[in-house]
Amino acid sequence: MIATLLGQAWHAMGANKLRTFLTMLGMVIGVAAVVLMTAIGQGAQLAVAESINSMGANLFIVLSGSTTSGGVRAGGGNAPTLTLADAAAIRDLPGVAEVAPVHPGSGQIVYGSSNWSTSVFGVTPGYLDVRRWSLQSGTSFGDSDLRSATRVALIGRTVAQNLFGAEDPVGKTLRIRNNPFVVVGVLAPKGQSLDGRDQDDTVLVPLSTAQRKLFGVSFQGSVRMINVQTESAEAMPLVEREMIALLRQRHRLRENQDNDFFVRNLTAVADSAAETTRVMSLLLGAIASVSLLVGGIGIMNIMLVSVTERTREIGIRMAIGARERDILLQFLLEAVIISVVGCMIGLALGIGGALLVNALASTAVVISGASVLLAFGVAATVGIFFGFYPAQKAARLDPIEALRYQ
Amino acid sequence: MSSPPVIRVSALCKSYSTPAGDFPALKGVDLRIEAGDFVAVMGPSGSGKSTFMNLLGCLDRPSSGEYLLDGRAVSRMDKDELARVRGRLIGFVFQGFNLLPRMSLQDNVAMPLVYANVDRAERRTRARAMLEKVGLGAYAESLPNRISGGQQQRVAIARALVNAPHLILADEPTGNLDSQTSEEVMALFEALNREGITIVLVTHEADVAAHARRLVRFRDGLIIHDGAHDGLGRHE
Repeated sequence: MIATLLGQAWHAMGANKLRTFLTMLGMVIGVAAVVLMTAIGQGAQLAVAESINSMGANLFIVLSGSTTSGGVRAGGGNAPTLTLADAAAIRDLPGVAEVAPVHPGSGQIVYGSSNWSTSVFGVTPGYLDVRRWSLQSGTSFGDSDLRSATRVALIGRTVAQNLFGAEDPVGKTLRIRNNPFVVVGVLAPKGQSLDGRDQDDTVLVPLSTAQRKLFGVSFQGSVRMINVQTESAEAMPLVEREMIALLRQRHRLRENQDNDFFVRNLTAVADSAAETTRVMSLLLGAIASVSLLVGGIGIMNIMLVSVTERTREIGIRMAIGARERDILLQFLLEAVIISVVGCMIGLALGIGGALLVNALASTAVVISGASVLLAFGVAATVGIFFGFYPAQKAARLDPIEALRYQ
Repeated sequence: MSSPPVIRVSALCKSYSTPAGDFPALKGVDLRIEAGDFVAVMGPSGSGKSTFMNLLGCLDRPSSGEYLLDGRAVSRMDKDELARVRGRLIGFVFQGFNLLPRMSLQDNVAMPLVYANVDRAERRTRARAMLEKVGLGAYAESLPNRISGGQQQRVAIARALVNAPHLILADEPTGNLDSQTSEEVMALFEALNREGITIVLVTHEADVAAHARRLVRFRDGLIIHDGAHDGLGRHE
């Protein structure tokens, strides 16, 4: 029976090919738009997720307090209020996975006849773990380098390209602020951060070396910045509270005194970026869905025309034994075939378009099985929903009236 | 005859509601048609004969009165049962042939079998056999517009016959045909009647009615003559 009905539907659709094609086109465009837009939206979400990941997940940055001299307050990180001992104490808090004290600075770097100005960070070996940073070549420095403040450096890809060109930097000696440093490793490329900075334009040296031999610090053991990584995203609020309490206690701050340090939550920034792209991707999908709806209305329109045109045929079918439900099924099936075939063409176009965008614009696109399934389900639903009214109209025709229809 | 009459109507009434009030198209018709009869129905337009045929064909339900088809009360059937009766007990032949233009003759003939849930192979065999019977087996794969009007009407008769009905209802089957092809179609009806199929046929033409064994005349919603064919048709 179904096979026969399918054959009949195919016949009816073939009788008016241009019209069937145009009706289908509404569906094709709708589905293609949904698939393409969802792919682009999810691609954007993925890109944001990746840059969050590269920044280091579940990360706090604790900055030392500001200094005030003559009423002018310097930014955070200038007063020597944080110490390595603070870092070690934070390390022992529950929920903390890793701490990485950092001494940020910058300097002119010279190798042979090339020179380059970049940021120079004094870090501990744990810093690479916290930032999820790996090495492209060479090795990292270890705790012994930290203890003896050796002059070794890890350089980012941008620095390597600007100073060494095609040369292999590992083992070469460069000069930072006129101090000779041996390059022990090159960092893996990381790309831009969320705010657009080039994360590969940097040099990492042992924290102790930076403090004692490069920049100098006013107080031995003070540190300007501590990266704190928690074990999980859920642990963050607790760790933040505990950490602030701990630091206030260690710094002997009274109830009415302000913190002499700042805690920044990078994940919050990242989350809002992720939320923004999520909303954008939803919006894209919603707009595309409207075109799917318009396609559905197109189907309903044409099915109504078709029912009117074929009134006599319906009358004949009823006279020779078709029940209401036979007629209903026949017209419903036509609508569903139009929408499902349109959907399949739309899927092909949408996926093709997404791959094209990927290839041409190097924008990340993600074609998820869920979005494909969704588009398919929506198309079938649209076919049934918008096909039902015309089909019911056909089925409810009075056979005598229908037979008389010219 | 021991079996019930094919058609038995008593006090059959049908009115249509119009803006000017109810219009009675049939005002109490009694008729009994035995199996194997061949009845011509005549009457001027507006006499109620089309309404009567629609009721006989289970395309419509009476306002009052009883209609027994093969002894079963049609007025108590629901829509699906009516459709079933139309498909299996009755074969329709229309003035305008009413073949579906985009289907081959064979598919047209097989269509009632689709709604009777007959499988594809069986449909093909039976449709082919019916086309052979009306002498058009060679055209099975043609489309209706490739053959003449008389041939189309024979295909329509084949379609009416394919489900082996007891009763054929023909509404002016020769209305669109010239006299030559009319004769061919009527000869076919006579042959079918000889096989035992009951035929009720509406016509305007006396020489078409002359093929029937019995003549029923309608006027103003009532039967004014019912009897053997008596040559009354000539006065029309």
